[in-house]
Amino acid sequence: MDLRIDALTHCYGATEVLSNINLEIPTGRITCVVGPSGCGKSTLLRFIGGLERPTSGQVLQLGAPPSDSLNPFTFVFQDFALLPWRTVADNVSLVLEDHKLAKDARARIIADVLARTKLSDFANALPKNLSGGMKQRVAIARALAVRPAVWLMDEPLSALDAQTRELLMDDLVSLWLRTPFTAVYVTHNLAEATRLGHRIVVLSRRPGAVRRVIDIDVPLEARKAGDPTLAGIEQELWHLMRDEAQAADQELVHD
Amino acid sequence: MTNPVPYRGGGFRPKRIRGVGLGVFISLLLIAEWGTRAGWIGNLTLPLPSDVVLTLIELATSGLLWTHLSLSLGRLFVGAFLGAGAGVLIGIAIGLSSYTRSGLVPLVAALFPIPKIALLPLFVIWFGIDETSKYALIAFGTFTPTVVATYGAVDNVDRTLVQMGQSFGLSRLSIIRKIVLPGAMPGILSGLRISLAIAIILLTAAEMIGAEYGIGAYILQAGALYDLERLFAGVTILSILGVTLSFVLGRIEARVLRWRV
Repeated sequence: MDLRIDALTHCYGATEVLSNINLEIPTGRITCVVGPSGCGKSTLLRFIGGLERPTSGQVLQLGAPPSDSLNPFTFVFQDFALLPWRTVADNVSLVLEDHKLAKDARARIIADVLARTKLSDFANALPKNLSGGMKQRVAIARALAVRPAVWLMDEPLSALDAQTRELLMDDLVSLWLRTPFTAVYVTHNLAEATRLGHRIVVLSRRPGAVRRVIDIDVPLEARKAGDPTLAGIEQELWHLMRDEAQAADQELVHD
Repeated sequence: MTNPVPYRGGGFRPKRIRGVGLGVFISLLLIAEWGTRAGWIGNLTLPLPSDVVLTLIELATSGLLWTHLSLSLGRLFVGAFLGAGAGVLIGIAIGLSSYTRSGLVPLVAALFPIPKIALLPLFVIWFGIDETSKYALIAFGTFTPTVVATYGAVDNVDRTLVQMGQSFGLSRLSIIRKIVLPGAMPGILSGLRISLAIAIILLTAAEMIGAEYGIGAYILQAGALYDLERLFAGVTILSILGVTLSFVLGRIEARVLRWRV
């Protein structure tokens, strides 16, 4: 199921935050959205996931989501959004409980996704006892459990330290290689974007508008640190964003 | 000249030291015992603590203690259960719905500062002199603080968790039951602590009108006869009751809120 964002514009009061966004999100690929802070990239993700309504324009599903998908549009949040009072397994169980599943079917799904995220040994741990990277893996396991048609990832690695981020990027790549999934991946980290994105969408600063769409042809499994093509693209992205990032940094926050 | 860097940190972190609280209790009792025996505390000021203990033992052996206590506990639990239960429900409604919030917050704010004891005569007229008016007074008294604590707690539930629930397509009921309610539990339980203390105060007041048995009635009779030993025995029972309830609640908190960092 492809997605098309069609002439999407959004205003908060008089300020326009997103301006006439037109985008194609192809199936089976990771689309990264990058931009300086305050460009509305997370807001865009919330429109795609149906958590907010744009002022005008719409997000269209081209075709129906696969029938086995329990929750076609599934988020992975920056701050993990795990229920602290539930164990790892119960956090995954939470998103299955509202679906009519036999008890053993549910247990099978939980065991399967925990195995795929290497969390089987931690099924009964509480979030407070997990590291940041583990928490995000639980959130990924939870998302896997509902078999999303589109993954909506809102800066999923931004709350983690650099080493953990590397490890989790490897995990995401191997998950994708096993079963290619469709994802919209919002980040401000250009290295993440060039490492994971098949397509990179650069948004300009307020109002957010599409400035450039770059497709990267290097397959995910071939992307290594220090790859000159990727480094070149990262440079290009940085040149696109540099001035705006500076302007964003010097802006007073009016909230 | 070589000196170690002077230490400037530490402090500002009170810890619990076992036994000190008990020590304060015991030394106060010993001072009272000594003072009343030695005579520098008059026998109209304080009864002998040992006499109070004897009175308590006598009360227990005669079986009257259980009559008083079971009636009082019954009133306390029925009243507090009704009041706190309704309070939690209304508090959640206020926390989640704009209409209930706009409609009920001013009402709760108007009811909260009323000293509920002042309404006891009214409740006696409405509900009769027997148990119902006592339940009503305790329920009403525990209701308002529970409402306020609950909706404050619901307001403090992490909205990103609610949004997570929505993004996974959870039903409204599931979000309330599995996300909002457990998330509000710390605040609800600390509100319950206050409510239960208020409930004990109101219980005593309610039993001073139209009750033959109950700790409040017992204290009132003792006071009327100026029987200080029995009066203090009654007060001791109330105090122990309060400490016990607070201990039980602490245990419940430790178990229910095990997940907290």
